[in-house]
Amino acid sequence: MSRSSHVSAVLAQGGEIPAPHIEYGQIGPLLLVLGVAVAGVLVEAFAGRTWRYYLQVPVAFLGLAGALVWTILLGWRDDPHHVAAEGALGVDGPTLFLQGTILVLALVCLLLIAERGDGRGAFAAQASALPGSEAEQRTAAAGITQTEVFPLMMFAVGGMLMFPASNDLLTMFVALEVMSLPLYLLCGLARRRRLLSQEAAVKYFLLGAFSSAFFLYGTALLYGYAGSVKLADIATQISKDAGSETLLLAGVALLSAGLLFKLGAVPFHMWKPDVYQGAPTPITALMASCTLVAAFGAILRVYYVAFETLKWDWEPILWGVSILTMVIGAIIAITQTDLKRMLAYSSIAHAGFLLTGVVATNQNGLSGTLFYLAAYGFTTIGAFAVITMVRDAGGEAAHLSRWAGLGKRSPVVAGVFAFFLLAFAGIPLTSGFTGKFAVFKAAVEAHATPLVVVGVVSSAVAAFFYVRVIVVMFFSEPEADGPTVVAGPATAAAVALGLTATVVLGVLPQPLLDLAGHATTHMFVR
Amino acid sequence: MSPGHYLALSAILFTIGALGVLVRRNAIVVFMCVELMLNATNLAFVSFSRMHGELDGQIIAFFVMVVAAAEVVVGLAIIMTIFRTRRSSSVDDANLLKY
Repeated sequence: MSRSSHVSAVLAQGGEIPAPHIEYGQIGPLLLVLGVAVAGVLVEAFAGRTWRYYLQVPVAFLGLAGALVWTILLGWRDDPHHVAAEGALGVDGPTLFLQGTILVLALVCLLLIAERGDGRGAFAAQASALPGSEAEQRTAAAGITQTEVFPLMMFAVGGMLMFPASNDLLTMFVALEVMSLPLYLLCGLARRRRLLSQEAAVKYFLLGAFSSAFFLYGTALLYGYAGSVKLADIATQISKDAGSETLLLAGVALLSAGLLFKLGAVPFHMWKPDVYQGAPTPITALMASCTLVAAFGAILRVYYVAFETLKWDWEPILWGVSILTMVIGAIIAITQTDLKRMLAYSSIAHAGFLLTGVVATNQNGLSGTLFYLAAYGFTTIGAFAVITMVRDAGGEAAHLSRWAGLGKRSPVVAGVFAFFLLAFAGIPLTSGFTGKFAVFKAAVEAHATPLVVVGVVSSAVAAFFYVRVIVVMFFSEPEADGPTVVAGPATAAAVALGLTATVVLGVLPQPLLDLAGHATTHMFVR
Repeated sequence: MSPGHYLALSAILFTIGALGVLVRRNAIVVFMCVELMLNATNLAFVSFSRMHGELDGQIIAFFVMVVAAAEVVVGLAIIMTIFRTRRSSSVDDANLLKY
């Protein structure tokens, strides 16, 4: 009996529609994070202004830490490989690894977001007050900053946990929006340079909404093709070779456009530099690490589960996208003079390197991508954390010329930043090398050697602009009115964590590689 | 009338929406065009639902409506903020971030 006749039979008898069976324990981390986000909204509504910050930070911290412990327990106690919530969410090794990575990186980002070392932090005291208006000066003088950023961040993290776990395209669309909508708002909340920040929010919002409309139309066409939005049903239909191929191919193309936009893959990358530069730097760190992990998790699941049998059709396109992303990201980064913008282009290039792991479609490709995502996330948070520390009168001194001679003024900070840049470039004994090696090895095994050659060449091009920053920092004379280094305790902790992870994953990568390998033994659940 | 006609209408609406996003300058109009694209998608879902003879597509359309409503709230808040700052809702005026 088909589902519709079942439903009409139930309705005709006046009977009850059976309640769905939800495995609350299996999807606990997601529910906990979203619950904490709702609790954060209640704190915003009921707690006094002066108390909110001191309530929001521990609540958010405990929520993320609790969800992390829960995720680890889920993965540790039994090797889960099943679906939950009526098949809407997958609980399997790769998903738990990605969720754990997102939660750890979000905890480190929370340190940056919660930083109020100089009593102010990175966020606007009152986002609704006009820049330069009397209302803004009044709130600034009162010395109280609103704390809506914490619940917004928790909602975004909740969406990110759901995005790679979604086992059907409708859940994936809802997760995409739950993740993106708070991020659009967070981008517009910077305390300094508010015009740039608001402009970044508008651009991100309009382009993000445009891309999610493509994602949704792709979903509609695939629904028309397979009669279901479940990834497994779409895969079955493709292997049966039935139905309209036009619907299938158009659906795959539109869906891929929506997903590749979230990664910032060329030719859908134009938002990334603008948004990364304009957004408050802690939020940039969140987007560059956690959002990237979530988006890659989703694209891996879609391509490995739903479209695996269609590999001959999408592989050439993804080759092209991957090559363009690596090359264009690396080449345009050379001309940048703003450090945040340069790191945005570097993030585009890294998305290209990661795509080689997606193209591989084998177990090593999956585990290599997972490892690379974790390693890159820590390094990029650390690099953006260092950028928040180097300040002058107008806030962060992100222009490259202002960093001249920083190595003589504050050797430790400049040294740490140089180390992060070397990790981005993929120098051995840093996590960047191990990650690149893992995905490139998988790509060679999958007979994608030309892709790897392009990857290595563009890594070399990318190394040029990383080294240029190091040369500017260490081999030029400091300006008389150069920026000062202000290190709040939480930011310093975030940098230390990023540095430790980058070193440990470079020198002793085997435990995490083993974990990623173990998590991907059974691949994604179908 | 066969559901195929509705699919054609949905594709036409989606294309009009996408073109509107690309050529219009006013942020509100651009946003309305995105909403047009989402509604075109709803039409496609409902038509396919009819063609397959099951209810899933109609339920999905409800989800899309809720998500679109949430998107309107966030989008209008962001566009309002930049309008109050700049006294302009043209997407061409927002040009500080480039190259």
